[in-house]
Amino acid sequence: MRFRFLIPVLTFAAIAIVMWYALFNLNPTEIPSELVSKPAPEFALDAVPGYGPELSKSDLATGKVVLLNVFASWCVACLAEHPFFMEIKQQNLVEIYGLNYKDTPDAAAQWLDRHGNPYSRTGMDIKGRVGIDFGVYGVPETFVISPDGKILDKIIGPVSREMFEERIRPLLNGAGS
Amino acid sequence: MRSLFRALLLLLLLAPAWIAPAVAVFVEEKLDDPTLEARARDISAGIRCLVCQNQSILDSNADLAKDLRQIVRERVAIGESDTEVRGYLVTRYGDWVLLDPPFKLTTLLLWLGPAVIFILGAIAAIVFLLGRNRRPDDAESAGLSPQEEAEIDRLLDPEGHEQKS
Repeated sequence: MRFRFLIPVLTFAAIAIVMWYALFNLNPTEIPSELVSKPAPEFALDAVPGYGPELSKSDLATGKVVLLNVFASWCVACLAEHPFFMEIKQQNLVEIYGLNYKDTPDAAAQWLDRHGNPYSRTGMDIKGRVGIDFGVYGVPETFVISPDGKILDKIIGPVSREMFEERIRPLLNGAGS
Repeated sequence: MRSLFRALLLLLLLAPAWIAPAVAVFVEEKLDDPTLEARARDISAGIRCLVCQNQSILDSNADLAKDLRQIVRERVAIGESDTEVRGYLVTRYGDWVLLDPPFKLTTLLLWLGPAVIFILGAIAAIVFLLGRNRRPDDAESAGLSPQEEAEIDRLLDPEGHEQKS
């Protein structure tokens, strides 16, 4: 019983450690995707005018890993990741498909015109229903799609170079692309 | 003056009761059938808005909440049960969309944790309080040695009382 005084001290230390971890390592605004390791939902969308070909579920199973990026012309954060996507395209690191979310065809085409087109296919989800099927709740979001069309991971918010190296690159190599 | 002050104070204390909670209901395309519409709203009230995360989709004006309300209405209109409508959203957004997390193995700690902590705390408190009450008793009852007993007997017994004279 000599060390009885330690009980409250240790209790406090345990609570402090848990809270410290939660404060700096957990992001409550990031909702884990329910679709990870499941096949992509059924969909078929027309391309942004002039930026085809169009995009449907069957186009996702390409035999290699591809990225499906949810973007919109009204999305400010999309501009942050856009130059990096252009770089990915130039270096031919991985194919990126663009899911244009709740936009108008004109605005989307104009946006791609102004900032460049990193996508090898685009689909316009004007009503946002395909986005909901994918569990999208904000733009940008980027899905990593397996060679057989399953969702391997979802990145919420702009994709940075670090995030690409950390979360996407290993999947590219792992799937033998 | 004082009674007026008291009345005001009482009124303030009761304020939460007489100010009706402000519930914003966004009406876009109401369903024609009022019972279906009521059901759709009831379901929506339990669905988390994923953009403004502590509001239900019923009282959020986020774009996504609007779309989800629409989906709930459509699903109700085609005759799905409440669980089916919730299931539709859960397969897309996970249990997180439900404002009340479901009771299952992975949420056991969440649901039972507070009760377990309460019971452990109550046991600790009872043990502590009983222990504190017993300790002085023990000291008293265990206390007297035979010599002390003899001493008391001697002091209390008037016959054997040594007279100081």
